[in-house]
Amino acid sequence: MSAAGTGAPRRRPFFLPFLLVSLIAAGLFLAALGDVLHYSVRLFIPGSIEVGGFTLANFARLLRPIYRTVLLATLIISFLTAIFTLLLGYPVAYALVRVRRGWVRSLLIVLAITPLFTGEIVRTYAWILVLGTNGFINSILKALGIIGAPLSMLYTSFGVILALVQFSMPVMIMLLATAISHVDRSCERAAANLGASPLMVFWRVTLPLTTPGIVSGAVVIFAWTMSAFSTPQLIGGGKVLMLSNLVYLEGLTNLDFPLAAALSLLALVVAIGSLGLMRPAIARLERKATLY
Amino acid sequence: MTLRLEPRFAAKARSGLFWFVVVLILLFMTIPAVVVIATSFSPSELVTFPPAGLSLKWYVRAVTYPDFQNAFINGLIVTSFASTLALITGSAVACLIERYAFPGRTVLEAVLSSPLIVPHFTTGLGFLMLGVALGINQGYAIVIVTHVLLVLPFVTRSVYVSLRNLDPHLERAAANLGASPGRVLTRITVPLLLPGMAGGWLVAAVLSLTEFTASLYVTDAGTQTLPVAMYTYIREYSDPTIAAISAILILATTLVMFIADQIFGLGRILSIDAH
Repeated sequence: MSAAGTGAPRRRPFFLPFLLVSLIAAGLFLAALGDVLHYSVRLFIPGSIEVGGFTLANFARLLRPIYRTVLLATLIISFLTAIFTLLLGYPVAYALVRVRRGWVRSLLIVLAITPLFTGEIVRTYAWILVLGTNGFINSILKALGIIGAPLSMLYTSFGVILALVQFSMPVMIMLLATAISHVDRSCERAAANLGASPLMVFWRVTLPLTTPGIVSGAVVIFAWTMSAFSTPQLIGGGKVLMLSNLVYLEGLTNLDFPLAAALSLLALVVAIGSLGLMRPAIARLERKATLY
Repeated sequence: MTLRLEPRFAAKARSGLFWFVVVLILLFMTIPAVVVIATSFSPSELVTFPPAGLSLKWYVRAVTYPDFQNAFINGLIVTSFASTLALITGSAVACLIERYAFPGRTVLEAVLSSPLIVPHFTTGLGFLMLGVALGINQGYAIVIVTHVLLVLPFVTRSVYVSLRNLDPHLERAAANLGASPGRVLTRITVPLLLPGMAGGWLVAAVLSLTEFTASLYVTDAGTQTLPVAMYTYIREYSDPTIAAISAILILATTLVMFIADQIFGLGRILSIDAH
């Protein structure tokens, strides 16, 4: 790309070593995914990690009601998480991009992005302390006299979604902030000069111009939540099951690698499928956005 | 809604309301961390809120518990190898994608960024199976390989952004003045890419240190990393030892992120800065 515009012939040193390193990395990842594919079509021999002949029985097993229920629950939890993360993430992303004071901006970046780097176990454990029977929320509500008996929030879908939303916020904020920072301020100024109120400017100019970011944020969080494991595992406590928990149960507890592999492939297909569907939608939105 | 109000006042009220909402959302994001830190000083074994006093005993237990000590050292070994290997690989991938046109480039790019999309449990299960197939399912190698692939997209992106902003004239000038390709790389390209490489390495190291789901599949009792050891502990005990470790990790990452923001500008690494 960059070589084309410069005119001068560019030398290409180190092409082969760079290529070799990249191919090794890509090869290892493809080999790992290939193994999942391979195990998913092999026969499970109970009590052994050795597998039998080739079969499609593992995919037939996926059609059982229990797996359909868990798939549906996974989709619903991921969808709700994406929506709530979007609603809570937008104001923070907007503030992050538009704030003028440097220190407020730095503070917002650190507060909004740091949770991403503290790791899922730390964050999931924190929510156990917040949601537990004697936890933060119940203690406050009790102290205020709002409730007599503690609410049960741990081991519920509500608790899982609440934790997942907090978990997804940094990524959503980053994606939305990128979209908002690309909005051409002169469009907003033009609308304001033509008499639109600030709310109107936001509603009719800024928001439509950021729809590609909104869609990609929501879909990325949806796909991301599909693969959440520790939150449903620890906050759901076996009462809220997602695909990831079944993969763990079948793969590492029951040592049924073939079924675990088939379940992982199902999750992978849904995740890639949702991201794949997003691309044309975003392309259309971006075309529309340029017409404004 | 603000029809009868003076416009100035309405604007102030609106902006006040907006910031009030933003602060509430940020509280929602930070309260869990605050609760963890408060709990870590609890004197009692039973986790209650607010804690009934002050004590450092869970910190003592956290740093003297042998499983955590081993897991911390395992984590350091895995992370230092994984993030450094990812830095070398990611820089190569970024150069390849930015500088060279060759058949299959988009495929290579897609494959190497797919660890972002593929669920970590699928990646973990895959590398566990690969490890079994290659006979290296016990030991650090398979854990390191898994982590390299998981953090690679972040390093590649960071180096790629730096590479895009690098003025190619500088490299050409050096080459025209007679520098060999190796000299151009070590004296011009790498020093100019250093901020992007350092930022990418840092993000890779933090992500590798805290990675849990895939690690759960590819580690065993001898190679388990800190998050895996913490998970095992949470399932067996309910005392605030995990709160103490979590508090240390939260403060450490916040400090690192704050320093990184000062040095590299996190906004730039994460590409949220206005253009």
